[in-house]
Amino acid sequence: MSDTYYEKTDLLDFPNIGEYACEQGAAFFDYYQKATAASALSEREKSLIALAVAATQHCPYCIDAYTTKCLSLGLTNDEMMEAVHVGASMAAGVILAHATQMRKIIKKKGM
Amino acid sequence: MSPEEQLRVLAESTRIPPIQQRLSESAEFPLRAREVEILQINVGRLCNLSCRHCHVEAGPARSETMSGETFDLCSAVIRSHPFLTVDITGGAPEMNPHLPGFVQRVAGHAARLIVRSNLVILLEPEYRHLIELFARNRVEIVGSLPDYRSGRTDAQRGGNVFARSVEAIRMLNDAGYAADGSDLALHLVHNPVGAYLPASQAALEREYRRALQESHGARFNHLFCFSNMPVGRFLDFLLRTDNYEDYLSTLSSAYNPAAAANVMCKATVSVDWEGRLFDCDFNQVLNLPVDSAAPSHIRHFDMKRLSGRRIVTANHCYGCTAGMGSSCQGATAQSKAS
Repeated sequence: MSDTYYEKTDLLDFPNIGEYACEQGAAFFDYYQKATAASALSEREKSLIALAVAATQHCPYCIDAYTTKCLSLGLTNDEMMEAVHVGASMAAGVILAHATQMRKIIKKKGM
Repeated sequence: MSPEEQLRVLAESTRIPPIQQRLSESAEFPLRAREVEILQINVGRLCNLSCRHCHVEAGPARSETMSGETFDLCSAVIRSHPFLTVDITGGAPEMNPHLPGFVQRVAGHAARLIVRSNLVILLEPEYRHLIELFARNRVEIVGSLPDYRSGRTDAQRGGNVFARSVEAIRMLNDAGYAADGSDLALHLVHNPVGAYLPASQAALEREYRRALQESHGARFNHLFCFSNMPVGRFLDFLLRTDNYEDYLSTLSSAYNPAAAANVMCKATVSVDWEGRLFDCDFNQVLNLPVDSAAPSHIRHFDMKRLSGRRIVTANHCYGCTAGMGSSCQGATAQSKAS
């Protein structure tokens, strides 16, 4: 064990995440592969979505993997940054939407 | 770095098994050549560009250039083996003064005659006439264009190279290359502008075609995707930017037995500017000549002794066995991506 929780080389261990639950692991990889492969959406579009999700979920492994994949697919820095902004604005919107609860309570309890 | 230093660095990578082990696991070791189908000729290291990834470390200051006598030896081999594909590379092959005469002598004797061009050299007044000479002799052009936009192309190859490359493509189109109904072939080469592997050839070809045709009116036949080999300037880049181990790990993780089974060296002999024989252009740079049981110079070309020879391997070979494979003619394995 190292002294840090996140290590760059952990990404190489991703294929082994089915350890201790092989059936579920295999099912996950089958699903993951189908969900991320080109279909109605292209590989480029799906990779940008994955990059935005990776950033919003703060996953360093996924950010590394999907930034590299986007580069391989010839996506530009601008396109990748725009995808991250979609994720960031969605996250901000989700938080602000939840302020509805706050606003409702303020109105209910206020005089 | 000297060839010896590069080989030492490649051998000392700690995170990957030696390529020979991976080849053994897929029953490909030792790699054996088949009959020679491709004669690749590196006519020198002189180039008008100094690209940041160039494994040959070519540039305007390089003086290595193939002599007329060595060209004559290559011509003799081609004329007596008319089934060969002749694949001319450099440096910028156009800058070798013997190239026009050689092309005229071997055209019609080779199954295919290919010149690998950086494209922009064809805009120079001294070399513009080569477009017509190439067209007249049915030369296939394989032109380097690492990206379909200017930013990354220019970052790798130098300022304004993208715009000049597009201009050269349009000049080739005007000469009949990649034109409707024409058999003059113009292929482009993509290689990543950084420490990552290329995506599928088919996917990138679509983007190139859309961007070049729609935005620039430039046409080409096919796109070939190459991985950058951890050799020469690209190896320097990897080490300088602390990307070396990650890149080698990426190549090793992407090892594909199908790509290993189809590596280009199995059907190729590579001639250097002095006439010495190698298994590939990368082995030239690393000074790894063909196995000692095979003839070592074009003067002694012997199809029988070159066929079945043991191919000399080191860890840079991971570059040709990763993913969909990489060869001088693009991917070597079938892609599942559409």
